[in-house]
Amino acid sequence: MSDQITDNAVSVKNIYKNYGEIEALRDLSLDFPNGQLTSLLGPSGCGKTTLLKIIAGLLPATQGEVFVNGSLVTKPGPDRAFVFQDFALMPWASVLRNVAFGLELRGVNKNEREDIAAKYIKDVGLVGFENSFPHELSGGMRQRVGLARALSVDSPVLLMDEPFSAVDEQTRRKFQEDLLNLVKNENKTFIFVTHSIEEAVYVSDQIAILLPRPSRVSEIIKPKGFRNKDVDSIRKDSEYLDTVESIWKSLRTYVE
Amino acid sequence: MYLFGYKLPGMSSLILWGLLWEFLGQIEVSFFLPPLSAIFNTLLEIYNSKAFVRALYETGYSFLAGIFFAVFIGIPTGILMGKNRFLDELLLPWVNVFMSAPLTALVPVLMVLFGFGLKSIIITTTLFAIWIIILNSRAGVMQINRSLVDMANSFGASPIDAFIKIYFWAALPEILGGVRIGFIRAVKGVIIAQLLISIVGFGALFELYSSRFLMTHFWAVILVLFALAFTLSELLGMLARRVDYYASKRSQ
Repeated sequence: MSDQITDNAVSVKNIYKNYGEIEALRDLSLDFPNGQLTSLLGPSGCGKTTLLKIIAGLLPATQGEVFVNGSLVTKPGPDRAFVFQDFALMPWASVLRNVAFGLELRGVNKNEREDIAAKYIKDVGLVGFENSFPHELSGGMRQRVGLARALSVDSPVLLMDEPFSAVDEQTRRKFQEDLLNLVKNENKTFIFVTHSIEEAVYVSDQIAILLPRPSRVSEIIKPKGFRNKDVDSIRKDSEYLDTVESIWKSLRTYVE
Repeated sequence: MYLFGYKLPGMSSLILWGLLWEFLGQIEVSFFLPPLSAIFNTLLEIYNSKAFVRALYETGYSFLAGIFFAVFIGIPTGILMGKNRFLDELLLPWVNVFMSAPLTALVPVLMVLFGFGLKSIIITTTLFAIWIIILNSRAGVMQINRSLVDMANSFGASPIDAFIKIYFWAALPEILGGVRIGFIRAVKGVIIAQLLISIVGFGALFELYSSRFLMTHFWAVILVLFALAFTLSELLGMLARRVDYYASKRSQ
């Protein structure tokens, strides 16, 4: 894949972010190739989520610029959709309305947006739960709702903030497999925040390792050999295991 | 409530207290405490008398108008205060002052400003109810899950959309809690204003009955008011419980 020419869907250029005295991000630059999944990996407090929210336009950067498909980011836009760690579902609304909510805010009329939502509810495997409420669903199902909502607005860039960290281990593995298929089938760019090394290596085309205080990109790793293998054999692949091991070696000094 | 191991139906304790009242009334402990049965008889006599119906209408009208303003000004104000730091710092001291102030002392001033009629009573009722509604709506908004707000923003919600579709609903359990307490305070407000102004509604009836020592009439009116306030509060409590299911699960 290395010789293939890929445009960058998202470019982060010399981003600084200060919270008062505290320097959260310092001179951070990073490119996110089109149609690929890039993980932001690092110990907690390294500013992964801060960077993601700056790309989303939810947080202003103190200095620096973010470009999405060539245009400067100043606020949230229809070219990006966000998947939240805690799902961010409206507890008072049904699954159908939750999934259609992005479209609702964009002014799509009711019939049309519910048709689109129904399609994505089917895609994430929640048929039959359209009229359920979030508190009636398991954590995994709730995140499927969150994913369906992000997919239904059909943005070219999908921002995922530790989307699988609040679901149980088995569900997480299933999600990771589903995510690989999603990256393969949807022509979208994924930016994926995680603190799990295995997860990052398993799902990513490119892993950016962030180090804390102040945050900067310490290393970019592009796993190649096992990317096109099928989901079952990745975890047995020797390159997969070596990559996990080497990332752990470089990160362990930062863990108290 | 349990008695000798048997479960008694809800509110059966009221029957017990009612019997005690009847007993004390029958043995004529005090002129001011007539038997409960006599009070109910009087109530049956007066409930469709012109004076009573008129009092009920005037009280109901000023109560509803008072809480209308309290709710429709209080909730948006509270939500805006919860959202906007500047507004919050501007208004919060006043809300807290009025929340704890003895508003009864203000009624004479209101009478001077707005006359001895329904207008003063409505404003008093609003003043009794609105502060807790503001404070609760504000508290409801301030504990909103941050990512719900981020979610709405990330999909490009306009401020109006965010206000109506996220803030209001997310704060609804607290808002309804505030409205419930506000309604109870409004009952106090409407009665206190009527007593002080004392020429309209139940205030006029109280004045009439107590000055002529018509104790059964006096108690009959009080019972009606207590029953109305209690029923109102229970109805709102039921409504609040309907949205409580998501109050505890909001973080999900």
